[in-house]
Amino acid sequence: MKLHEYQSKQIFAKYGVPIPKGRVATTAAEARQIAEELGGRVVVKAQVLVGGRGKAGGIKLANSPEEAEELATQILSMELKGLPVRKVLVDEAANIASEIYLGITNDRAARKPVMMASSEGGVEIEEVARKTPEKIIKIHIDPLLGLRDYQTRDLALGIDLPKEYWRDFSKVCFGLWEAYKNSDGTLAEINPLVITEEGKILAVDGKMIVDDNALFRHPDIAEMRDLDVEAPEEVEARKYGLSYIKLDGDIGCMVNGAGLAMTTMDVIKLYGGEPANFLDIGGGASAEKVAAAFRIILSEPNVKAVLINIFGGITRGDEVARGILAAMEEVKPKVPMVARLVGTNAEEGRKMLAKANMITAETLVEAAQKAVAAAKGGVQ
Amino acid sequence: MSILIDENTRLLVQGITGREGLFHTTQMVEYGTKVVAGVTPGKGGQWVLDDRIPVFDTVKAAVEATGANASVIFVPARFAPDAIFEAADAGVELIVCITEGIPVQDMMKVRAYLDQKGSRLVGPNCPGLLSPGKAKVGIIPGDIAIPGNVGVVSRSGTLTYEVLYAMKQLGIGATTTVGIGGDPINGTSFLDVLKMFEEDPDTEKVVLIGEIGGTDEQKAAQYIADHMTKPVVGFIAGRTAPPGKRMGHAGAIIQGGEGTAAEKIEALEKAGVKVAKHPEEIAVLLKEL
Repeated sequence: MKLHEYQSKQIFAKYGVPIPKGRVATTAAEARQIAEELGGRVVVKAQVLVGGRGKAGGIKLANSPEEAEELATQILSMELKGLPVRKVLVDEAANIASEIYLGITNDRAARKPVMMASSEGGVEIEEVARKTPEKIIKIHIDPLLGLRDYQTRDLALGIDLPKEYWRDFSKVCFGLWEAYKNSDGTLAEINPLVITEEGKILAVDGKMIVDDNALFRHPDIAEMRDLDVEAPEEVEARKYGLSYIKLDGDIGCMVNGAGLAMTTMDVIKLYGGEPANFLDIGGGASAEKVAAAFRIILSEPNVKAVLINIFGGITRGDEVARGILAAMEEVKPKVPMVARLVGTNAEEGRKMLAKANMITAETLVEAAQKAVAAAKGGVQ
Repeated sequence: MSILIDENTRLLVQGITGREGLFHTTQMVEYGTKVVAGVTPGKGGQWVLDDRIPVFDTVKAAVEATGANASVIFVPARFAPDAIFEAADAGVELIVCITEGIPVQDMMKVRAYLDQKGSRLVGPNCPGLLSPGKAKVGIIPGDIAIPGNVGVVSRSGTLTYEVLYAMKQLGIGATTTVGIGGDPINGTSFLDVLKMFEEDPDTEKVVLIGEIGGTDEQKAAQYIADHMTKPVVGFIAGRTAPPGKRMGHAGAIIQGGEGTAAEKIEALEKAGVKVAKHPEEIAVLLKEL
């Protein structure tokens, strides 16, 4: 789950990372008031979960509270990459002398968190990695030991940071590490971390992604979720513990298991169809969960046929069949349904479905072919 | 022969009194697996499955009383890391974690700790293992596979069943099937399992079922090219998966253009692996070898 800049910076600040004075506003008048309180120049920043906000005109400098109000009016009426701007952050403007990049993420191949620093701050780190990879200094953090003092010196030395800033830089490294660790981050990033003309280190931007699987122990962070970035069906699916991703095609899919769900999409495409969604009903799916999955698929008007592919293991076939039948009674689908059930208790499930006027298939290829034909209005 | 589990496996089930734990214990016992103990904290002293399997409060007590040498974990995600640590601490050699949804940072700690302890973890977020005719540890339906000479390793659950079932239709059986799980950090990699299959005298062919995300398949391809003498048939799920979206499995995500199905298929084909276009074709390709 992605956090907004202001949310990320608040978390960083909790762990001792210095951030500019500022607050978030939902109206232009509020933005003006914050600018008045801060005095001097301020930055008005769109709080939207997309990259490249600056280039898109979502970050502006204001010399007066009046200008802040004017800019906030503009920005709050914008859409950035399709997402509405509902909040702006009004921050005291910093006098920037130099910019650094500092971030932590999970290094999947190394199975450890990796902390990265670069003297090329203010630029997207992926771009630095592409053009001048030698300018990114990396240290791996032992998950059992945590970040060590000497590692922050390795980073400072690596990016040629003047020695007078080492102590403050180390504090920021530890603050970011604690924020990442204690919030179950999969990414915690300060870009740029600036050195001001007054000689202070300041995190003027912040970005955090939190592990969805760890939200159970961070109810405060879970509440920060921005529903704008997700399709409403995806939000609904999550309530039932379903994994749903909307796609552009017209064949709805309901599958148990992520790998098989992806494969079902692939095979539909292989036989000339286009999947409308990825949907994994997961292990141990109850009738209620399956019914919810069904409603979500059928709520999509593009869907011209549905392919149900269930290979029983932890999900029992009779349980799935009960869910399908319950949902059929409730939703009364008007599109053709192709069902394939194999595995634990599948025969019982198949018998139950046979009574409900469904197209059945033995193999995945056959099921995909029948679904593609059905979606094109062909033979059923 | 088989790898990791066989008729000598003495299994304990962590979370045996839960709904899924009990259901699958019954299935494992019916298959012929020697389930010697269960563990549920607070329920020590009880018995399950018509008083055939004793339940203990701790893994240590279960191991001491029964000589269990493998464990399968069915406990919820928030308690699963502790269950893995407990099994490793009690000296269990093989730990199979079925649980899905364990936080990544927990898994990084688990993996670092297990590497020190020397226990092998399979999973998490996996269907477990099946050595047809000998033993099953986990949730793979026993009746979909027959004994044979093919080693199967996969990141997926039900997709693996699909492949085993297709193999069975053509009369092709397996030595062992290992589900390594769909999480970004797991205990056993493709590489680990390929090495075991290469060394197992009864395994003559290998099936590798991968998916988008990470670079494990590419590392496996390198090993196949450099060291494997046995033929490998592959399949990669997620050719149609959009980038930046997590496709159900925590580890199935194309990030920064990396981890696509296309690059994995290319790496495998370069290593001489025949890559199937759909799961049923795997069985056909095996037959042709």
